[in-house]
Amino acid sequence: MSLERSDVEKIAHLARLAVSDDELEAVTSDLSNILNLVEQMETADTEGVEPMAHPLHMTQRLREDEATEQDQRNLFQSLAPLTDEGLYLVPRVIE
Amino acid sequence: MQWETVIGLEIHAQLATKSKIFSGASTAFGAAPNTQACNVDLGMPGVLPVLNKEAVRMAVTFGVAIDAEIGQRSVFARKNYFYPDLPKGYQISQFELPIVGKGEVDIELDDGFCKPVGVTRAHLEEDAGKSLHEDFHGMTGVDLNRAGTPLLEIVSEPDMRSAKEAVAYAKKIHQIVQYLGICDGNMQEGSFRCDANVSVRPLGGPLGTRAELKNLNSFRFLERAINIEVERQIDLIEAGGAVVQETRLYDADKDETRSMRSKEEANDYRYFPDPDLLPVELDADLIETIRSAMPELPDAKRLRFAEVYGLSEYDAAVLTASKDLAEYFEQVAKVAGDAKLAANWVMGELSGSLNKAGLDLSESPLSAETLGGMLLRIVDKTISGKIAKQVFEAMWAGEGEADQIIEAKGLKQITDTGAIEAVVDGVLEANPEQVANYRSADEKKRPKMLGFFVGQVMKQSKGKANPQQVNELLLKKL
Repeated sequence: MSLERSDVEKIAHLARLAVSDDELEAVTSDLSNILNLVEQMETADTEGVEPMAHPLHMTQRLREDEATEQDQRNLFQSLAPLTDEGLYLVPRVIE
Repeated sequence: MQWETVIGLEIHAQLATKSKIFSGASTAFGAAPNTQACNVDLGMPGVLPVLNKEAVRMAVTFGVAIDAEIGQRSVFARKNYFYPDLPKGYQISQFELPIVGKGEVDIELDDGFCKPVGVTRAHLEEDAGKSLHEDFHGMTGVDLNRAGTPLLEIVSEPDMRSAKEAVAYAKKIHQIVQYLGICDGNMQEGSFRCDANVSVRPLGGPLGTRAELKNLNSFRFLERAINIEVERQIDLIEAGGAVVQETRLYDADKDETRSMRSKEEANDYRYFPDPDLLPVELDADLIETIRSAMPELPDAKRLRFAEVYGLSEYDAAVLTASKDLAEYFEQVAKVAGDAKLAANWVMGELSGSLNKAGLDLSESPLSAETLGGMLLRIVDKTISGKIAKQVFEAMWAGEGEADQIIEAKGLKQITDTGAIEAVVDGVLEANPEQVANYRSADEKKRPKMLGFFVGQVMKQSKGKANPQQVNELLLKKL
């Protein structure tokens, strides 16, 4: 399966990745190759094999419902470029 | 042309856990911004989500309550999109293999008929944070306390045919989650949110294109928004236009729905199984334990109230509208020993006074025991129903229990025949003209005229004379 440039542009936009025009061709061909590999794998006979949601044959461990975390707002917000009254500030996003 | 409305609802019920779905941060409402957002909620590098057992139990409880298929094996997936209140760039949700599969609830319609509405699925997911768009010098403020709060998203089949049916369904789900104690149902605080998928089609025709309505934070808005949207779609189609699939925001102030264009392009979520979380396997024992611990649900309670207490269908429905009200009523009825009297007072004076004061039942100044204690005094004829209203008001004002108030204000009903007779005699003596008129009056006019004497006696006795005895004595003496 081969991807079009426009497919890659769309995927890059959805992932908020800046792919320059120079890189686009190489990325398109790399991604197409990966998909080809997947296509090849799909020809394997999987009759009777249960699909996996995870490579580990284990199930999820559950936590007790207890509030165990302390407030570390000051520590976390020391990493943020801009805060005000305890809020993280970001460029305005309202439509 | 005759149009048919088709509605499906997506309901997000916030699960009433103490901690978040994948972290140990608290979920308490109203904390200072970002003081309940830990490194997992913030999506810091290197952290791993660990699933909350209680959230799983609550989801399964809901599934069992609506008789749904329970996904013994369920999988979490990443729903990818970018927004500042979603720190990881994806929301952990479920896509294939949700925890609750197909189920059904019955809704009661105005004409008394029951209609089944299909539940397609219900899945567990984490909530996002909150964006605040005002007052931050042209920037958006983000509070991530809500990020990671467990939600149960309940998706219905497109089975509803009017705004009224949609509201009946939403109220039913609201009632069930509250009865189960898995969600507080507070719509103002956003603990219970509805999105409506609305389309129209020529009667019996193929499904039309739907619009998704958001921002419906009350049942009234839900009904209003659907009706407005249906009108808009019909007008649009009849004018030769076409409905586009989009998300529309309901604006209660302008009473209109409008397009949220900016969200359109992002509708490609690229779900994939979350590699940080293993599949969840429920053992059959857990499901059985939940099934056997299932509390009485609204429909069953309604039927029992009608049957055991002899209440009308309507009264039974009103009193079982919420679990709190139903429990309050049952306690009042138990103390008073008269269910119908209890029903009348709970639905009448009590509900009226709560409404007037803008109070919730949980904030009622009268406990069920206090109200029941007063009704007991009506039942044992210590006070009349009329005097009881005075006592009720005094109790409401915090003047104490019924017995104290009756004692302090001397409201005890006079049932001593001699005492009442003395008052009756006094009244007859003081009004010789009315007595003469009464005696010469036509048989048919007399009952009306008797009212004058009853009124006088009650006035003289400050309302305390037993009305039945007053009537009997007057009739005898006149």
